[in-house]
Amino acid sequence: MAEEEFNSDDVVAVPLRHPWRWVFGGVASALLLGFIWAIYSAKSIQHEIVVQFMLDPRILEGMFVTLWVTVVCMFIATVLATILAIMKLSENPLQRWLATGFIEFFRGTPLLLQIVFWGYLGIIFPNLFVGIPFTDIIFFSGQTSQLIPAIMAGIIALSLNEAAYSAEIVRAGILAVDSGQVEAAKSLGMSGGYTMRRIVLPQAMRVIIPPMGNEFIGMLKNTSLLQVIAVAELYTQASTISSANLAQIELLMVSGFWYLVMTTVLGFPQRALERKYGKGFAVVGARSEGRAFKVGKR
Amino acid sequence: MTNVMVDARSVRKRYGSNEVLKGISLTVEQGEVLCIIGPSGSGKSTFLRCLNHLESINGGRIIVNGELMGYRQVGNVLHEMKPSEIARQRQSIGMVFQRFNLFPHMTALQNVIEAPIGVSKVSAAEAKKLGQELLAQVGLAEKADHYPSQLSGGQQQRVAIARALAMKPTLMLFDEPTSALDPELVGDVLDVMKGLAKAGMTMIVVTHEMGFAREVADKVVFIDKGQIVEMGTPKEVLDKPQEARTKAFLNKVL
Repeated sequence: MAEEEFNSDDVVAVPLRHPWRWVFGGVASALLLGFIWAIYSAKSIQHEIVVQFMLDPRILEGMFVTLWVTVVCMFIATVLATILAIMKLSENPLQRWLATGFIEFFRGTPLLLQIVFWGYLGIIFPNLFVGIPFTDIIFFSGQTSQLIPAIMAGIIALSLNEAAYSAEIVRAGILAVDSGQVEAAKSLGMSGGYTMRRIVLPQAMRVIIPPMGNEFIGMLKNTSLLQVIAVAELYTQASTISSANLAQIELLMVSGFWYLVMTTVLGFPQRALERKYGKGFAVVGARSEGRAFKVGKR
Repeated sequence: MTNVMVDARSVRKRYGSNEVLKGISLTVEQGEVLCIIGPSGSGKSTFLRCLNHLESINGGRIIVNGELMGYRQVGNVLHEMKPSEIARQRQSIGMVFQRFNLFPHMTALQNVIEAPIGVSKVSAAEAKKLGQELLAQVGLAEKADHYPSQLSGGQQQRVAIARALAMKPTLMLFDEPTSALDPELVGDVLDVMKGLAKAGMTMIVVTHEMGFAREVADKVVFIDKGQIVEMGTPKEVLDKPQEARTKAFLNKVL
């Protein structure tokens, strides 16, 4: 027997080493540094203009519009999406068809087209009024362009489109809740609405939040499409400036930087929400494991 | 004079063309414990779920506490009630499930007080006091702030019993309450159920625990293929079964 006799007290178990991680890390760092250097040393980019407009009041104003439009649209979209998801899961076929039709329509046409459509609503229907059809009774009327200014049209377009996408996310979340939960709620005498609000949706949130975080970031960037109907959000402001001073790349860098900052900051509330709705659920995939690099002896 | 709590008459239930209940008739009096035994797929759980209208029925009728359950009779036809009316009827019928079905996002105490506060409109302070008492009754007073995922199966099932009791039900339904438990945890749950029976709770228990049936049940029903094969005292059914099917089943499980 070639096997060595050893004292088992001296044996130490060492986790699997990952030497290739260091190699990949090195390559990736080199590429990143090279890219930053390329941008920094490019003669065609006027860096002082990037710095000059970084905190320009118009840029900051545009950021503010981008942010509040995103928040308002996501709020409307989430409420609508929840209603659509519940309708789509309803036993009532009429409700199912209505929800499916809405989702198909707004997912099936380009967002840009929808934005322009809502922006042009004033041309199709110059006047809007609320009244009883086929009678002369009118409660309220006004010019479309005044009732629905560009920013309102943009909010409607983004919210309806987002609602269609989010509805499927909410539906998936509801379906992920064990049917035994609804039975338990029913057996306690809870109504359908109460069960949805207190038992099903809070559990569905755990599944809904990560993809909704994605949607939030997508929405933040999609607000830039509102440039086509002249809503003064971040991208519109940047391109207005650049059409005057012809520093297109520099202002793209300014707006790109701020979009990146905003999307990064949005990740924090998402993590807080995930913790809140993760209460009571065992965490899968512990964090202390699987660090990319381990430095030190063991 | 006795007081009939549950009166089921020729209850029929079909899934498509498959008739799972072929006319079940039985009565349970106030304070009685009825154990339903039978092979899996016999329809015993389905029958239990019909009693609080988690399943609709296709024929016959179920009267709980003097009220026709889930339906309103007009002439010869039973019309299904609105969900809100059924919800009201269910408030007086507690149910305990095989897989506990505790609300995982709430602590043990929150599980217990959710329905009293949200459905019965009991004040939060009063519900909390009741909740603590019920958790103490099932031996889990110190686990009030634990989430279900932090409790063992037996503890979860006892919280589930406390949750059902919080609605002050007059009838308790148990659907194989110990079948999903590790053997060493079964005893604690059965002890809680024995305590309830002793306190006079009317109970219908679908179970494979023959020892429990023998000790606690007033009546035992053996169901097979959607029909009642044999019904009587535990002694009659478990010790001196008359029917060949009952004998064969008992031979397998005992």
